[in-house]
Amino acid sequence: MHNRHMSRYFFVFVFPTLLAFLLSFVIPFILGIVLSFTDFTSIIDAKWVGISNYIEAFSNKDFLNALRFTVKIAIVTVITVNFFAMCLALLLTRKIRGTNVFRAIFFMPNLIGGIVLGYIWQLIINGVLYKFGVTLTYKPEYGFWGLVILMNWQMIGYMMVIYIAAIQSIPNTLIEAAKIDGASPFQILTRIKLPIIMPSITICLFLTMANSFKNFDSNLALTAGAPSRKTAMLALDIYNTFYNTLNGEGVGQAKAVVFFIIVAVIAFLQLKLTRRKEVDNV
Amino acid sequence: MYLMKKGRGFVAFLLVLVMVCGVLSACTSEEAENNQQPSQSNNNEKVDEIYFLNFKPEIADVYNKIAADYEAETGIKVKVVTAASGTYEQTLKSEIAKSEPPTIFQINGPIGYQTWKEYCLDLKDTKLYSFLSDPNLAITSNGGVYGIPYVVEGYGIIYNNAIMEKYFALSNRATDFKSMDEINNFEKLKALVEDMQAHKDELGIEGVFASTSLAPGEAWRWETHLANIPFYYEFKDKQNYDNPILAGLASNEIAFKYSENYKKIFDLYINNSCTEKAMLGTKTVNDSMAEFALGKVAMVQNGNWAWAQIKGVEGNVVDEKDIKFLPIYIDVEGEESQGLCIGTENYLAINSKVSEAKQKASIEFIEWLFSSEKGKDYVVNELGFIAPFNTFEEDEKPKDPLAREVLNWMEKDGVSSVPWVFAVFPSQNFKNTFADALLEYVQGNKSWDEVTKTVIESWKVEKAKGE
Repeated sequence: MHNRHMSRYFFVFVFPTLLAFLLSFVIPFILGIVLSFTDFTSIIDAKWVGISNYIEAFSNKDFLNALRFTVKIAIVTVITVNFFAMCLALLLTRKIRGTNVFRAIFFMPNLIGGIVLGYIWQLIINGVLYKFGVTLTYKPEYGFWGLVILMNWQMIGYMMVIYIAAIQSIPNTLIEAAKIDGASPFQILTRIKLPIIMPSITICLFLTMANSFKNFDSNLALTAGAPSRKTAMLALDIYNTFYNTLNGEGVGQAKAVVFFIIVAVIAFLQLKLTRRKEVDNV
Repeated sequence: MYLMKKGRGFVAFLLVLVMVCGVLSACTSEEAENNQQPSQSNNNEKVDEIYFLNFKPEIADVYNKIAADYEAETGIKVKVVTAASGTYEQTLKSEIAKSEPPTIFQINGPIGYQTWKEYCLDLKDTKLYSFLSDPNLAITSNGGVYGIPYVVEGYGIIYNNAIMEKYFALSNRATDFKSMDEINNFEKLKALVEDMQAHKDELGIEGVFASTSLAPGEAWRWETHLANIPFYYEFKDKQNYDNPILAGLASNEIAFKYSENYKKIFDLYINNSCTEKAMLGTKTVNDSMAEFALGKVAMVQNGNWAWAQIKGVEGNVVDEKDIKFLPIYIDVEGEESQGLCIGTENYLAINSKVSEAKQKASIEFIEWLFSSEKGKDYVVNELGFIAPFNTFEEDEKPKDPLAREVLNWMEKDGVSSVPWVFAVFPSQNFKNTFADALLEYVQGNKSWDEVTKTVIESWKVEKAKGE
């Protein structure tokens, strides 16, 4: 009796969310995959062309270049963002004056949109490079490090907040016990703190990687791919294919599907790997 | 415990899904919600709203005023939406898939027609088409008329005659030109420019030419407008075609025969500029126009549409009567008779997939704009169009100085205008690639040979995609 009652309401409660999920995610997602096999201008007049879009995507050297560039950016930013965020979190969980103010300050860049950050950093970096008679577009390396700096600036604060929350939830008794047992601060960090906050590290690694892979707005505002698309990341390359190439819609869509698969696979592997290192909470 | 594990796996899966949903849905979600066909049933219904998707952000305000006036006069509401600069194609793509699509939109020429032909109504029997002073200007295909040009524009080298007069008055100059009328080929232009650059301090300028803007999205004056001239000569040399535009349209490959000529004028721009070469990658068109308006430079390459921009710069020192046009000479045989580059990439098209009543109302609105007293007044005085319609009288020609210059050059004896062959450039991607190569050239990372090669290669690749 009780059970039947529940199942009747089950649908009522799930339906709104399910509908939203279907409309905003499942249907566009399936449509997107279908469209990648077609030739289309607007989605109401698509024509089936098989896998030719995929062949064209993979024979496109801009795409492969963007893929390489994105992977490089992702590797560097995942390491630097998490390293600096962790350092800040450890610093700001000590009992020093004004930690709340510092936390707020470090978090703030995260509230600024990527386009704005992109233009701000373009001005700053160009301002410095002017002194040497060059600009951000002079070499792809400049754009690369510019993007790394920008993304660090943007994401460190956010990751820091997650780490701080995790560190604060470590029971004091554990640390005290370790101290009594004669553990050094470094041992406390590596043997106690890090294993306990491993779930947060998983989340942070995952978030930084996802964000760096999908970065579009700051890339567009900072360099827009200059010089010669050597600093275009995947999302920007897909955008360029989709909108600026004659009959490029299908190819752009195919690239987006490939992009999805790559990101999904990497994210899944990474989750598996870091999960293994997690310890059950005490 | 088992449940925990399973739950975690599911959470992991969800996380992956959520992460990637942004990737794909960004491209598709908007369209998915709006993929219904417009209803065709209400043919005889009275139309109360038509929808014009405007291409030109700089005159969006004027269109809103026109729409208000038209509504007051006829009761028909004109919804004007303006696409942000450089985003017309993507705006149109998403708007046209909606249930209330634009009824009037714009295509950029024969290439744009190829993309949008499914949506272009045949306008052969409209009054609008009969208004055209030269019916050949319209976009036609198999006897149908699908695009009506509503404005012609011209571009060349804009110069500030006050600074030129100052130069001609110098006693220690190396040339003996007495007025700009004598400048009628590249050699003379080069001599003049280089001597002016040498005397820039006496002239009170920072350089002869304004910055060659090469920031992303700001290079259209070079990859499109300047490139028009060498390609015009290349296509003109081809036999068996009615005109250079058709020759260009049929060219699956190009030789970039006049690449050296392009280099000559481009080098002249960047070597006699107010900005160092390595800094050009950050300059925008606005920067260049401001430099000109503030009197820091004597010349800038741009079109008649730039007058509003020059006038609008705070502290503008350029007098209306001093602003003139010079054709862009690139050292080609017989260029003494070359005029400004005049054409259009603004063609109005009517959406063939909306109800017939709406199509009719849309055409009537356009006809009203270009033939009624009130409409014409807007066109001439506020939109500043050089409209190619026979409904305009002699005294209704535009008043802005650059537009008048364009008309002067069109009417000059023995001078023929260069048509806009850039309408047949294969794609935006081709132009961007061209611009990228130019940027690397001015920064010293690419030789001119490599630029030439890049352009030839890109044309071939992009043209093949359109097949």
